[in-house]
Amino acid sequence: MADVKQARKAVIARILEGEGKTAQAQRRAAFDDAELSEPLRTLVHKVATHAHDVSTHDIAAARESGLSEDEIFEIVVCAAIGQATRQHDTALAALDAATNGK
Amino acid sequence: MRLEILDRGHAFGAKVLFALIRLVSRQPVVDAVKLVMYRPDFYGTPMKKLVHEAMRGPSAWSVGDRELMAAFVSKANECEFCIKAHGAVAAKAYGDGTKVVAVLADLETAPVDESLRATLRMLGKLVREGAVDADDMRAVLAAGASREQIEDALAVCFAFDTTNRLANAFEFFVPGPAGFEAGAKFLLARGYQ
Repeated sequence: MADVKQARKAVIARILEGEGKTAQAQRRAAFDDAELSEPLRTLVHKVATHAHDVSTHDIAAARESGLSEDEIFEIVVCAAIGQATRQHDTALAALDAATNGK
Repeated sequence: MRLEILDRGHAFGAKVLFALIRLVSRQPVVDAVKLVMYRPDFYGTPMKKLVHEAMRGPSAWSVGDRELMAAFVSKANECEFCIKAHGAVAAKAYGDGTKVVAVLADLETAPVDESLRATLRMLGKLVREGAVDADDMRAVLAAGASREQIEDALAVCFAFDTTNRLANAFEFFVPGPAGFEAGAKFLLARGYQ
C-alpha cells in the first residue's frame, strides 16, 4: 500500500500547509493538541482523546468565542487527523521494533 | 450535525448531487457524504483518496475483513454511525452478517481466523489506549499476519480514527437500517472515491 502512505502525507500536508480560513499555526496547534487557549483547548483535546464526549455546548463555546463555523470545521479536522497520526506513528514504530525494521 | 455549514453550506454542484442521491437511493443524504462534500479541497477530496486506497486498494485482507476492521475500530471509538455503516458493508461483503455481529459482540469467541482476531485485538488496544508496543505486534505476527497485512490494517485504522472523531464531534445523524442498507450497497459497488 505505497499509495496509501502518499495519500496520508497529502492529507496532512493539505490541512496543515494549504489555504484555510484559520492561520497555519492554529491548525498546527490543533493537530498537536497543544498551545491553544480556551475554549478551543477543551474542544480540541476532547476531539483527540474522547471525541464521543464532545457536546453541542463545546461547539457553541467555540462559536461564541468569535470563531466562524468554517474555522471550527478546520480546527476539528486538524485535531482528529493529528491524533490519528500520532496513534499510527506509534504503531508503526512498534511494528518496526518487532521486526527490526524489515 | 452540529455545524450548519456541513448541513446546508455546500456549493451548488454538491447540492445537485445530493438531490440526485436522494432520488436514486430514496434515502436522505448521510452526514458522512455531507462532510466530505463540504469544501472538498480542504479535507474531503484528499481524504476520500486515502480511504479508498485503504479500503479497496490491493491488500491480502479482503474487502469484508477491512470493513469489519472499520466497524471494530469504530466500536472502540464509540462511534455509532460508523459501526452501523461499516458493519453493514462488511456483512454484505462477506455475504454473512453473523460473523460481523459475533466480532462486535465478543472478539475472543467470534468465528474468525486467528490472524484477523489478533489484528483486531491490536487495533482495539491502539484505539483505546492510544499506543501499542513491540510485544503487541509480535503477538499479531505470531498469529500469522504478515508485516504488510499489519500495515494495511493500520491504514484502515488511521482512516477510521479520523472519521470516527469527526462523526462524533460533528454529531452525525444515525439513520435507520434502510439508510445504512442503501449506503452499504453503494460503498460495496463504488468504494469511496
